[in-house]
Parts: sequence; structure tokens; C-alpha cells
Amino acid sequence: MQLGYNWLIYMDNDSNSIMAFNRHSPLIPGIFEVKSKSKETHDTWSIVLNNKEPCRVETFNPGQFNMLYAYGTGEIPISISGDCSNQKYIVHTIRDVGKVSHALCNLKSGDQVGVRGPFGTTWPMDQLKGKDVVIIGGGIGLAPIRPVIFHILENRDDYNRVAIAYGARAPEEMLYPTQIMDWRSHLDMQVRVTVDSASPKWHGQVGVVTTLIPRLNFNPDNTAALVCGPEIMIRFAVKELISNGINPDEIWVSMERNMKCGIGLSGHCQMGSMFVCKDGPVFNYMDVERYFRIKEL
Amino acid sequence: MELNVMQPDQLDDLIQGISLADYQVIGPMESNGAIAYEPIESADDLPRGIIDHQRPGKYALQKIQSSRFFGYTVSPFSWKKYLYPPVQTLFKAERNGQGIQLETDSHDVKYAFIGVRACELSAIKIQDKIFLGGDYVDLHYKERRENALIVAVECFNTCETCFCDSVGSGPEIPNGADIVLTEILESGEHYFLVRSETEAGQEILNQISLKDTENNHYLIKDAQLERVRAKLKRKVQTTGLKSKLLKNPDHPRWDEVAERCLACSNCTMVCPTCFCADVFDINDLDGNTKRERRWDSCFTSDFTYIHGGNIRHSVKSRYRQWLTHKFASWQDQFDSLGCVGCGRCITWCPPGIDITEELKALSIPPNQYKKGEINHV
Ligand SMILES: Cc1cc2nc3c(=O)[nH]c(=O)nc-3n(C[C@H](O)[C@H](O)[C@H](O)COP(=O)(O)OP(=O)(O)OC[C@H]3O[C@@H](n4cnc5c(N)ncnc54)[C@H](O)[C@@H]3O)c2cc1C
Ligand code: SF4
Ligand code: SF4
Ligand code: FES
Repeated sequence: MQLGYNWLIYMDNDSNSIMAFNRHSPLIPGIFEVKSKSKETHDTWSIVLNNKEPCRVETFNPGQFNMLYAYGTGEIPISISGDCSNQKYIVHTIRDVGKVSHALCNLKSGDQVGVRGPFGTTWPMDQLKGKDVVIIGGGIGLAPIRPVIFHILENRDDYNRVAIAYGARAPEEMLYPTQIMDWRSHLDMQVRVTVDSASPKWHGQVGVVTTLIPRLNFNPDNTAALVCGPEIMIRFAVKELISNGINPDEIWVSMERNMKCGIGLSGHCQMGSMFVCKDGPVFNYMDVERYFRIKEL
Repeated sequence: MELNVMQPDQLDDLIQGISLADYQVIGPMESNGAIAYEPIESADDLPRGIIDHQRPGKYALQKIQSSRFFGYTVSPFSWKKYLYPPVQTLFKAERNGQGIQLETDSHDVKYAFIGVRACELSAIKIQDKIFLGGDYVDLHYKERRENALIVAVECFNTCETCFCDSVGSGPEIPNGADIVLTEILESGEHYFLVRSETEAGQEILNQISLKDTENNHYLIKDAQLERVRAKLKRKVQTTGLKSKLLKNPDHPRWDEVAERCLACSNCTMVCPTCFCADVFDINDLDGNTKRERRWDSCFTSDFTYIHGGNIRHSVKSRYRQWLTHKFASWQDQFDSLGCVGCGRCITWCPPGIDITEELKALSIPPNQYKKGEINHV
């Protein structure tokens, strides 16, 4: 049977929550086309996708991810990095680190890819309303959190003070430098950037991202923090946020685990009782705090 | 529905009737020194007079003087391999220019399983929750499962490794079967007690002329089940187990069991509830590809791989993941244990690690536990 427009065959009628982009089975991707592509750093690309066949597109929200399938190569979880108020196109930012991400970074406009999603939990945009918002990103971890920044900029009055701290390995590894400049120009946003190491030409801050936290302006009694980056960075950032007075249950983190399905069926992403793919990737820190204390969980 | 009496030679009528109703009949048969669940054509294929001996790390069949059809306990294989195949093509894909064309097949075989044990039916129900009960339904599983006919057979014996009663999965057949059989062979008489539990099951039974039961049949059936229950010596103390496991990730027993475990994955491969999978792209020389889902095991080294390395690199952490998942986190995830006490993982573990013994040791508070305290025989 050829998949295409005859979608009733595989449509599951009793369930209304399945098949985000796909009409046949949540394990079979829908086909999307690369509309455009741009280089972010020497190893990182952003791609803009739009759907090829008429298929059911559910709304996507900041923090969610898609399983992107590169023909004949494999499928990997990649967060939505674009503006979620534009539900026509999906933007992903991908760092070339291995087999599948390499294939995805090598796509050209017009090429087709498989997409399953959107999956996973979202950043708690509603719960952040009326609060100071601290956003901590490390490396490629700025990508999954960028939709939050877009959302705040579009709904600026809903949020109080906003502070962004971003750390990259080196100046040339920083994502979205022009956008960061733009965010900086907003008087009502604090944007601080640091790099792990740099040549003398760099006039900015050098050091790990956690060192920026004490220098951000926020009222700890009414602040929520969002953290995304390598797990080790999350650990240190959370510690620093707490020691700067932020309530642990006002901290949200986005976790990373090996993922083979994205929908709770492959078992790969388990972290204690959680399936990071469906119970996460965004967790309230207090729901996973106990797991941070167990080695090799 | 009501209990009836079926003669041994009518077992074949039952099999033929099911086959005529367009099912592919899968049943137990002897194959390469083990009981396997394979397509059968008649009652002659059943392992008549064959019993199994199972002990930690040991399995053997024996032919005895008996006309019993279902004398073995459980096969090393489980029905899982039909509902959730070890290797399954999710889709085939072809490239046209820059485009991708996907193709998939629907599964049109209806399976009938003959000889499903209580623990095995419980395992199917656990997998139903995983594949059908969440937000995302696995349609590949669903189309197989919905069309399947289940003929359960009550146990009359136990094997040394099984423990269904203490995990609540047997020995009585839970609901969910289409037809339930009890094979009785006593006082020189051989017959089946049979009842249907669904319309599909009743339709099949309607074609066989069954006799009415007499009062003592109920007593005979109950007594047989009671004898099974009394034989089940192996136990898991499930009360409080979840919090004991979750609270003691550093219990010294994990180190001890990790020294014995080979991380060979046998336990997960024979387990009827384990559901982990990996996916692969298989490319051919014409440039076409297919995407396959295959059973995976949390004991493999790269199961948790993310760029920097594997999260669970030690055998200890992998063994802990498997046992803690089965008996603790499974409860948070699916509201039941992940174990039905079939004993397969004990029988098929090369060094004979016995999960019931490990759980006993792990239930002792770490500060009171003495190394090697609960020792394997
Ligand atoms: C929820 C989530 C969101 C993510 N969002 C982004 C993003 O927006 N941009 C981005 O560049 N990267 C993101 N990643 C990481 C990305 O998925 C990995 O870099 C990618 O899987 C590497 O695959 P590979 O085949 O290129 O690498 P290889 O090293 O060849 O990996 C082999 C396989 O291991 C698994 N794997 C390896 N690394 C990871 C990893 N870090 N996380 C999960 N599985 C992994 C995959 O199954 C992969 O196919 C995200 C990961 C998760 C879990
Ligand atoms: S864990 Fe062992 S005893 Fe329990 S269901 Fe799986 S194989 Fe059977
Ligand atoms: S079968 Fe035994 S040795 Fe093999 S992985 Fe399981 S517990 Fe370890
Ligand atoms: S990725 Fe398969 S269960 Fe989470």
C-alpha cells in the first residue's frame, strides 16, 4: 500500500490524541520539504520545513521536539527552535555531531525529510506570567529555548523582567549572534553572554555560564528559571540559581536521553520512572531532582 | 459462559474449527529440544507426553508415559513474538529525485494462540497497556492484537522457576481469553473442561458437540488449581518492594549481582513483558531503504548512548535498571508490575541469577545486609 492521501486505512478512530504529523501510525513519519537552510556556526545549521503532503499538523509549542528522519540514515530528536506563533513552518537548529545529524545538516532546499511530532512537554509559558524570567542556555541548548524568547517578545506585557544568560564554548560557536544583538537592544531585556575560552580579540566575558547568574537582575521571590544545555551544566546552573534565592520548584530543566521513538514505546529514554520523551523533555526541577542524585541512572 | 466437557479427540475439531474461521493457528510443539509456539496444523503437532524441567540456568524436556497434551509449563518463547515481532518493518521508502516515498503493509493474518498460560495472558495484558493504553497507540501491535483469538489452558503443574501467584498473574486464568481449557487426566479419565469467554470463542465452540458438566467437575477443576498453587514455592514479597528498590539505588547487593551478570540480555529477550526496541535503516543496492524496529535490551552497552558516552556504562547500573523497572518504576508508569512470574529469565540466565532471590536480598535494609547473605544454590 502506498502512503499518501488514503489515510483512513491507518487512521485510528478511537483515539484523538495520536498522530501529530502523521496520519498512519505515530511510528511512521510525515513527509516535509526543506524550504530553506542557513548556517549558524561551522557545524550547526538551521532548516525551515514545510509539509509536503496534506497531513494533519497539530500545534507545536516552545520546548517540544520532532523526530527527524533522514532518508536511509536514521531518526533523531531535534527541538523546535523557531517561533511557535508561526505554525506554517517548522524551524530546527541542528549541530552536526554524528551520523544522522550530519545527514540532516547536509540537506539542500527542496530535499524531503520525515517528521514525527511534535512530542514532549512544553516550557510553562502560562505559569511564567507575571514573573521575572531567567533563561539559561548552554551551547546548542539555546535552540530549544529560543521559542520561549520569541514568545516573550510577542507577549512582552505578560512577563516581568527577563534575563538571558548564554554560554558557548568559543565566540565562533555562539548560536544566533545577530539575534542576540537584537535581543540586547531591547531595553527591557538583560542579555549576557560568556564563552569558555577565546582569543584576545574577544572582548566579552570568559567563563562558564553559571558565573553570569549572580549578575542578572531578578527578584528571587518572584522568579522562574528555565535551563537547557548539557546535563553537567544543568546541575551547576540549578545549584547556582538556588543559591541565588530562586525556589527549586520555580526551576524548569530540559533533559536529554537517547530516544528511539519519542512516544514512550521504545524504552530508551527512561530516567527512573520517567520517559523523558513523553513526561519530558521539560521537567519541573522538583520532579527530577531525586534522579540527579543517582549515578548512572 | 458455562463450563462444558470436551473429549481429547475433539481438541483437533477445535483446532480445525479455528482454522476454518480464518485464523492462523499457533500452538506449542517440540522443536530443537524445547517447546516452541509455532504454526500447527492439527492436534498431532502438540507436544503430547512431553514435560519440561526448568531450574535456574537449566532447561530440559522429557518424554514420559502420558497422553497429556499440555504437560509442559511455559515455552522459552512467548506469544509476544507474534503480537510484537522481534523484527518488524515499519515502512519501506524509495527516493524520487529530492523526494521520499513511503510504503507500508498492513498485517492481514489473524492469529489464534492455543495454550496460553495464565501468566502469559497477564503478560499480553501488560503489553496492551504499553502499546494501546497511552496517548500514542502502536497501530502495528493493535492490528495484530485486535484480531487475535486466545485459547488459554490452565496449568496443572509448575516449573521450579515460576511464581505467578505472588505477583498476582495466576494460576487462575485472568479475564481476556476467548476460550479457556482445563485438561484433566485423572482416575483413568482424560477430558477437557472448556468454556468460552467471548462471542468469538462461543462461535467456535458452537461447532463442537460438547457434553454438559457434572457437579464434581467444578470440584476437580478447583482442586487441580489448588494443587498448582500449593506447589508454587518461589515467592516475591511485593508489598513495600517499590519503595525499597527506589530508595536504595546503592544497595550493596547490586554490586554482588553485577559480578555474576554477563549482560548477555537473555533475560530481556525471553521476558514476555519487556518492550524495548531499537530502529534501523536497512539500505539495498538500488538505493531503496526500509526502517526496521527490533527488540532491544537495556543490558546492551549503547542502549543509553548520547554524544558524550553511555549513561549506564556499568553492568551494575544496567542490572539495576532492569530489575528496578520490572518491580518499581513500571508501577509508576503502567500501574502494574512489569513481571508476571513466568520464570523464563531465571531459567535462561546462563549463570542462573534468580530474580526472586535478588529481590529478597534487596529487601533487606542496606545497613543490615551482610554480603552474600541470601545465597544462590
Ligand atoms: C529532546 C531532545 C531535543 C534535542 N534537540 C536538539 C536540537 O535542537 N539540536 C541539536 O543539534 N541536537 C538536539 N538534540 C540532540 C540530538 O538528538 C543528537 O545530537 C543526535 O541524536 C545525534 O545523533 P547522530 O546520529 O547525529 O549522532 P551519533 O553519535 O551517530 O548517534 C547515534 C545515535 O545515538 C542516539 N543519540 C546520540 N546522541 C544523542 C543525544 N544527544 N540525544 C539523544 N539521542 C542521541 C541517537 O539515536 C543517534 O541516532 C536533542 C536531543 C533530545 C533528546
Ligand atoms: S521478569 Fe522474568 S519472571 Fe518476570 S515476566 Fe519477565 S521473564 Fe517472566
Ligand atoms: S540473563 Fe542473567 S546474565 Fe544475562 S543479562 Fe540477564 S541477568 Fe545478566
Ligand atoms: S524515546 Fe522511546 S520511550 Fe522515550
